[in-house]
Amino acid sequence: MPDLWGRARVIQSVRRFFDDGGFLEVETPLLIPAPAPEPHLLPQPAGRGFLQTSPELCMKRLLARGYSRIYQTCKCFRRHERGSRHVPEFTMLEWYRAGADYGELMKDCENLLTAVAAELLASDVSSAVSGGAGPPVLSVAGRDQPVDLRPPWQRLTVAEAFRRYAGCEAEEALRREMFDQLLVERIEPELGFGQPVFLYDYPAQLAALARRKQDQPQVAERFELYIAGIELANGFSELIDADEQRRRFQQDRRLIRAAGRRPPPMPEPFLGELGAMPEAAGIALGLDRLVMVMLGRESIDEVLAFTPENL
Amino acid sequence: MYTTSDLRKGLKIKIDGEPYIITDFEFSKPGKGQALYRCRLRNMITGNAFDRTFRSNDKFEPAPLEERTMQFLYAQGDEYNFMDTKTFEQITISKDLLGDDANFLIDNMEVEVLLFNERAIGVTLPNFVNLTVTRADPWVKGDTSGSDSKPVTVETGYVLQVPPFINEGEKIQIDTRTGQYVTRVKE
Repeated sequence: MPDLWGRARVIQSVRRFFDDGGFLEVETPLLIPAPAPEPHLLPQPAGRGFLQTSPELCMKRLLARGYSRIYQTCKCFRRHERGSRHVPEFTMLEWYRAGADYGELMKDCENLLTAVAAELLASDVSSAVSGGAGPPVLSVAGRDQPVDLRPPWQRLTVAEAFRRYAGCEAEEALRREMFDQLLVERIEPELGFGQPVFLYDYPAQLAALARRKQDQPQVAERFELYIAGIELANGFSELIDADEQRRRFQQDRRLIRAAGRRPPPMPEPFLGELGAMPEAAGIALGLDRLVMVMLGRESIDEVLAFTPENL
Repeated sequence: MYTTSDLRKGLKIKIDGEPYIITDFEFSKPGKGQALYRCRLRNMITGNAFDRTFRSNDKFEPAPLEERTMQFLYAQGDEYNFMDTKTFEQITISKDLLGDDANFLIDNMEVEVLLFNERAIGVTLPNFVNLTVTRADPWVKGDTSGSDSKPVTVETGYVLQVPPFINEGEKIQIDTRTGQYVTRVKE
């Protein structure tokens, strides 16, 4: 039986965290004419457009219109993604901060998760959080070592992670087209045990919507949050240069064509408004996975009212 | 042909000309990265297992496997002879390939023979078989050793532990999946 009471409690405390932090909760359309062209996402066609793969483009347009702190929980759709941590229709939490960079989002993550943990601890919901008077500790299902949620969490660059766990340079892995495989097989199983970890500074070509690092233009200011080997969130300092964004979209559209698929149309209204967007940072967090980890469940199926197979 | 979206636990595929069964399967996709399909595969002939990661565009051939009901006829040395109950065709399977299953085969027993490219690679036995005890030490009343089991030999030569009250010439039921004694069979 999925734990729907526990799920609701986690989502309520997420909302409370952002409402109390002065964020505006927004809703943007699920049905959109053009998602961002991402080489490894298969959008679900619907009507004359697509169901969103993420609310990213619409939320950035709201930043451009002057809303400086916004968040949203919404459904996203990615075809063919199914596994113990994937469903093709899932719930995303996204938030954006104007005038901030990815370092501040990392702090948001630390604060959000400790707030949710504290609320679960104080509630009557049966969860994976323990701690009593001490710091909150998370016992992730299927993992022996408990995770200490006390901030600050570990920060590890992608370059260092490849050297340490894959025994090669990240650039070399990219050239050999082994980046993702080494990440999944060698690096992810080492990340976030004992303490959550932020893996950060990704090769720029793997972050089409992120800003390049000023003193290190080959990497982009992008990070992923891992807890006990489980990827929870992906955030970055936003790219706000419309010309560079168009070039990166064109490059990704070429990759999609090279893979034998038809790229979605160029998201022109987004590119048109990007010039008015302030410096900002934004992040997407898999809410189903957060619920799963917080409640000590091993599979995403255990926190969903329905799975695609039992509809 | 199968694609990566067909991959799941229990699927049987052909790699380098040999049949493999997927014993573990996990879908992985690092953020913004490509979909990866991590599989643990077991060679259905040798039993060797290994891990392999597949990618979206990989394709797989189904393993050409077939199950046929056959009757065990007799063993001659290390060769075990079976007959297809429909076509009466006879085949031979080596003791090596049968492994532990050879311990539970008695004349005229019906089994499912698994064939790969028309070649037998194993048998599926009934879960329970009844075999006659051919050698057992008598139960000594007043035995103070305190042991609650003793070894006996059954008609196939297989040796197993049974309760002390089992005598030579009696039939016992054995679970072929564990190789263990289940109960005494009254005829």
